[in-house]
Amino acid sequence: MLSVVNSATGLVNGFFEWFGNLGIFSWNVLKAGATPPYEWQELIRQLDEVGSKSLPLVAMAGAAIGVVISLEARYSLSRFGAKSMFPATLVYSVLQVMGPIITGLVICGRVGAGIGAELASMKVTEQIDAIEACAINPYRLLAATRILACILMLPLLTLGTDACALLTGWFAQTLVEPLSFHQFIQAGFKGSTFNAFLPQTFKTAVYGLIIGLIACFQGMRTRGGAEGVGRAATNSVVLGSLFVILADVVLVKFILVVFP
Amino acid sequence: MATAYDIAMTQGQPEEDSSVPVVAVENLRKTFGILKVLDGINLSVNRGETLAVLGRSGAGKSVLLRLIIGIETPDSGSVFIHGQNIAGLAIDQMGTIRKKIGFLFQHAALYDSLTVAENVAFPLDHHRRDMPRSERGDRVKQLLAEVGMEGDFRKLPSDISGGMQKRVGLARALALEPEILLLDEPTAGLDPISSGEIDELILKLQRERQMASIVVTHDLHSARTIADRLALLDQGNVVIEGKFEDLQQSNIGFVAEFLKHS
Repeated sequence: MLSVVNSATGLVNGFFEWFGNLGIFSWNVLKAGATPPYEWQELIRQLDEVGSKSLPLVAMAGAAIGVVISLEARYSLSRFGAKSMFPATLVYSVLQVMGPIITGLVICGRVGAGIGAELASMKVTEQIDAIEACAINPYRLLAATRILACILMLPLLTLGTDACALLTGWFAQTLVEPLSFHQFIQAGFKGSTFNAFLPQTFKTAVYGLIIGLIACFQGMRTRGGAEGVGRAATNSVVLGSLFVILADVVLVKFILVVFP
Repeated sequence: MATAYDIAMTQGQPEEDSSVPVVAVENLRKTFGILKVLDGINLSVNRGETLAVLGRSGAGKSVLLRLIIGIETPDSGSVFIHGQNIAGLAIDQMGTIRKKIGFLFQHAALYDSLTVAENVAFPLDHHRRDMPRSERGDRVKQLLAEVGMEGDFRKLPSDISGGMQKRVGLARALALEPEILLLDEPTAGLDPISSGEIDELILKLQRERQMASIVVTHDLHSARTIADRLALLDQGNVVIEGKFEDLQQSNIGFVAEFLKHS
């Protein structure tokens, strides 16, 4: 009984300690990132790493989602005699729901694991200590640049996912029932305003913050050798995905309240 | 060759008090969990002097260097660089101090995604942005030539041997023309010939640059070759400090045992 209580206490302590350390880490990154000298060169490198190099992956994910939603929506709408609603359903599903979350999860897998493993490897081989010994703030050089790159690139990648999903969704529909792309877009966006889609796209900047922050935090606090590196990469993806999904719940409600 | 220190002196910057040691640690204590690593260490090094810190593995030698450069923080005690206590300095203030210190890590800690030349250029690219790119390139070539690595500047750290990595690490440590050089096991894991070459290189650099150096090692032969003074650590304390002859004449059992097995 006592051991169960001790284990539970240890878990609770570990939980609060993790969040406490994350808070301290975030404050250090914010302080370092907001003050000069700014690491523009590293930021541009990270924008390329997070953005351009992830584009093919999110484009493929978007293309697959577009086809799946197209197939499912056509079948369901036909059953209720609402086939004319197909373009609007596809546009709504992709832009409001699937595009942002799929982009967040795919990027969490690719970029989160990459950042977590890279920084963890640098930590265990004393490369981060060497950066510090060279009088360079590692929070500024390594963490702030990566987190900012994730924040800036997620909305742009989401637009890429959305575009590919709409394109393949339309294409899958056209194979069964020809419909011009112009007509599809007109019908899909009829009666819509930017307010309906922009907040959903830009909320992914918050996903970027979560993915970058957790991956940098897990990477830079790693201890142990190869096992520690593996653990950091895994934790970056698992915790990042979990927090992205939890953030989605909060953000959807927030957007519904602020942009009714 | 004029060091940064010499240039600063000739440019009329406030002269540092020569009676103050360049590096001094006072009553330094550090524990990791229940493990007491350093238990009240007192050491100092003057300009142009090399101190070798000896001891068994796990005696806290590397931790001492990490405390001096501020990568670790002591539980109590003080580290003074040019008389300034570094305790409580913010990371950017500490950066100003660190620019005066060159640090060679035990396993070199080269950035594995950068080439040899990029590794050496790394501190210059961040702290000498006012220096034209071509001048920085020349400086990198000069540093690599000094450590005998001028022909390997395009290679990645994974493509060169451990001894070569240490040379590159040393070139990187010297890039900002430091006044203090901290060397963590510079000859560990090297064959006798490479060890001898590294020792000669350190001696040459010391003659030319007159830095205050602390060398952590358990290689007694290397320590005798490059150091003016030796300090032997055991169980978190300095057991003896002095010249090699002082260690030889010591009656302390641990000192005799250490010398016997070295």
